[in-house]
Amino acid sequence: MTEISTDDASSVAGRSPNRLRRFLTSYVFSTDHKVIGIQFLFSSLIWLGIGGLLALAVRWQLAWPWSNMPLFGNALFADNGGQISPEFYNTLFTMHATIMIFFVVIPILSGAFGNYLIPLMIGAEDMAFPTLNMVSYWFMWPAFVCVIAMLMVPGYGASSGWTSYPPLSVLEGATSTETAQTLWVMALLFVGISSMMGAINYLTTIIQMRAPGMTMFRMPMTVWAMFVTALMQAFALPVLTSALLMQLSDQIFQTGFFLPENASANNMASASGGGQVLLWQHLFWFYSHPAVYIMILPAMGMVSDMLACFSRKPLFGYKPMVFSILSIASLGFIVWGHHMFISGMSRMLAVSFMVSTMLIALPSGIKVFNWIGTMWGGRLHLTTPMLFSVGFVSMFIIGGLSGIVMAAPPVDIVIHDTYYIVAHLHYVLFGSSILGVFGAIYFWFPKMFGRMMSDGLGKIHFFLTFIFLNGTFFPMHFLGRMPRRLADPYVYDSLKDLMPLNQFMTICAFCMGATQLIFVGNFFFSMFFGKRAEENPWRSNTLEWTATSPPPHGNFLTQPVVSRGPYEYSHPDRESDFWPQTDRV
Amino acid sequence: MSRLWSLLFYCVPVLATVTFLMAINGVWPFAACQMPPSLSTAGETIDGLFNGIHVLAVMILLGTGGTIGYVLWRFDHRRNPEGKAKYFSHNSALEFVWTLIPAIILVFLAFYQMNAWSENKMVRPTTMVSGIETQTPPMVLVKAKQFGWEFHYAGADGVVETADDLYVEGLLVVPRGQDVVLQLESRDVIHSFFVPELRLKQDVVPGMRQFVWFNANETAEVDILCTELCGWGHYKMKARLRIVEPAEFETYMEGLEATYEPPLASATKQPTSMSVADAGVTRD
Ligand code: HEM
Ligand SMILES: [Cu+2]
Ligand SMILES: [Cu+2]
Repeated sequence: MTEISTDDASSVAGRSPNRLRRFLTSYVFSTDHKVIGIQFLFSSLIWLGIGGLLALAVRWQLAWPWSNMPLFGNALFADNGGQISPEFYNTLFTMHATIMIFFVVIPILSGAFGNYLIPLMIGAEDMAFPTLNMVSYWFMWPAFVCVIAMLMVPGYGASSGWTSYPPLSVLEGATSTETAQTLWVMALLFVGISSMMGAINYLTTIIQMRAPGMTMFRMPMTVWAMFVTALMQAFALPVLTSALLMQLSDQIFQTGFFLPENASANNMASASGGGQVLLWQHLFWFYSHPAVYIMILPAMGMVSDMLACFSRKPLFGYKPMVFSILSIASLGFIVWGHHMFISGMSRMLAVSFMVSTMLIALPSGIKVFNWIGTMWGGRLHLTTPMLFSVGFVSMFIIGGLSGIVMAAPPVDIVIHDTYYIVAHLHYVLFGSSILGVFGAIYFWFPKMFGRMMSDGLGKIHFFLTFIFLNGTFFPMHFLGRMPRRLADPYVYDSLKDLMPLNQFMTICAFCMGATQLIFVGNFFFSMFFGKRAEENPWRSNTLEWTATSPPPHGNFLTQPVVSRGPYEYSHPDRESDFWPQTDRV
Repeated sequence: MSRLWSLLFYCVPVLATVTFLMAINGVWPFAACQMPPSLSTAGETIDGLFNGIHVLAVMILLGTGGTIGYVLWRFDHRRNPEGKAKYFSHNSALEFVWTLIPAIILVFLAFYQMNAWSENKMVRPTTMVSGIETQTPPMVLVKAKQFGWEFHYAGADGVVETADDLYVEGLLVVPRGQDVVLQLESRDVIHSFFVPELRLKQDVVPGMRQFVWFNANETAEVDILCTELCGWGHYKMKARLRIVEPAEFETYMEGLEATYEPPLASATKQPTSMSVADAGVTRD
């Protein structure tokens, strides 16, 4: 306060640059992990909106192919008579997936919640390397710029899928979006660098900066999950980075890492060749299978904490939970071949990948049982974050089970690259990860912004999202004969009868999109006019709830000292049903 | 309120089960959604696995999803206004059981379906050639390209990639009741050869030579679909597969030979060399 008044007293000329500088250092180029976390949160949420609109355009085409899209059609595709062109359809789903995976789910989990929660939950004043942390966020921006720059090159975006398989993504003449393809590779390189810096920071922070008494086995599941996620990123990202550099070099310098001898497309022979087409797939999936766990482990951690808190009960099987995420992480590095059963990879090798994939389902199953065990015998408070957490578990069961179905190679022969896979990945990524993220936003919003989000609106948001999400994605399980990525499935007579079902799913998808407006409204309204939050509105045990809401720069007024694990809810010797980790007695 | 939420979560396993049962029994409106009937015995084995694993999955879903619905109603805090939650953090016996049983199921599944995989993808059918058992040679060389399918029949010498190959675009005719081996190659990018009725799918990779096989037990005419994104025209990269009686197949081939005019040399030009990746299938 006093500072501001001296500022006011200073000369008019000196005043505005000062304020600008203060604004810049505290909100834009801040090294405070909380501000960086919130920056990640905002940019990811904006991209979530954009990615969602792209998805709706994809759904529109699948339900009413080649018809003029409402509202946007004439403006966007004027030269096409308001229609989506087949090439642009490919761009739509490519950019949808790219944005959702690399700009939304990974950064919102690790970037936003990892940043915000790790130091607070382990009782540290900030990350180990605050400047590196800031740089890690700002490395997302060149990636954003690459994607926005795609709008200025032919095709308006990459169009060879989020998997970017060569030769399609490399060969001249194979697509008309070559420049966008190169921008795509560059965008991913920047995201990778950003994640790598984050991962190193999280690992160091968790190993080095824990408050006195905070042993590894007193850390909340959220922190464990962030720790294991960072480990996976640190091991998997170098492989993606080198693969991307190889693809970049194939595109720009005409090397032929991923091109066969005599490669050609569209009557244009390529000068390069002699490489291996499947090599890219191996390298890509060596990163991207671990990446699917990078996209869910942090959500699993946060959901574990929310479930324990709202069941007012210790987390069931804390150590088995820790060991299952550790085994998911290690097994996660030897299952990538399950994306390649049909790819032309050695068919013998498929069998060993099948066995490891079956094994990885086991720790996932154990986690589900432990979550149910956590709720069993509890005293449940069905608040909005709790509902989203239970929704997470319920949807993850379906996604995990369809994972087992696809893990059987003979069955995968039929459903590979069809809508069945689309069903699976949306149950795990939307049904689980995004529901978990919504839950986490409702849960930690009071800490972040010092105000509560409306619980009533939150429940309506949950209810409608849950219904429409199942309406959109469940029927996809029945489309095992409809290939994915078709701009117009109905050119095949055998798929014509699937149109009504596709229209039903599209209507559900549009309703789901509209439902998110409730969330947006609730978010911004609560930020300014919500009920003021106390320090610990959910009566939770973990350290972040002992700081003020929102915590100041440096987090804790006094150094927290940890006396017990994070899940001492409803201890029989205590009157109150929770027991903060820092309480001396 | 807790009733509502509990009901909502009960709906998940119940509706999933109901729609699944409707789909496998062909009940409206999910009748359209099941796989078309299989035209081969190998395909029926796959269907058996598909349905079997799904039945298992549905049972697990009913168990776990049902428990979630029950828990939300039974343990709501309003049903227990004064008391406290139970204080326990593990149960070794229970955990042992719920680790062991799924582990057994998964290992069983892993071994149970290996045969189907090797039958479909690893053990190529054989024929007797002058008393020696040899791998059945490919009847047709399938060439995928942006955006269509070429079918090169072996011709009189019974060997593909020779001068007397007969080349047809967009239509594959094969005899019923015989082992048919196809050799798959690509002219440009990756494509994928998918015939739902035969439960047959294989990516077609440039620079690689791959083999697939089937034995159709009924005559039919069905779609061949491309299931790997291959460019702007991916969606319309289709062809037809016609399965006919062996006699009719003979007539068809004779007719083809009689009226055959070799297309422009460029269209049938073979790649001059194949990369090491050739081994793709033979090394199995
Ligand atoms: C129980 C554990 C799981 C198993 C056994 C499993 C198995 C599989 C298999 C076999 C495939 C390949 C299907 C195909 O292309 O033919 C697949 C695809 C996929 N899975 Fe999973 N999965 C599991 C969990 C997850 C989780 C937790 C996530 C993400 C959060 C995930 C995300 C994906 C995605 C995105 C794809 C599709 C990739 C693509 O082709 O675009 N899966 N899964
Ligand atoms: Cu995977
Ligand atoms: Cu295609």
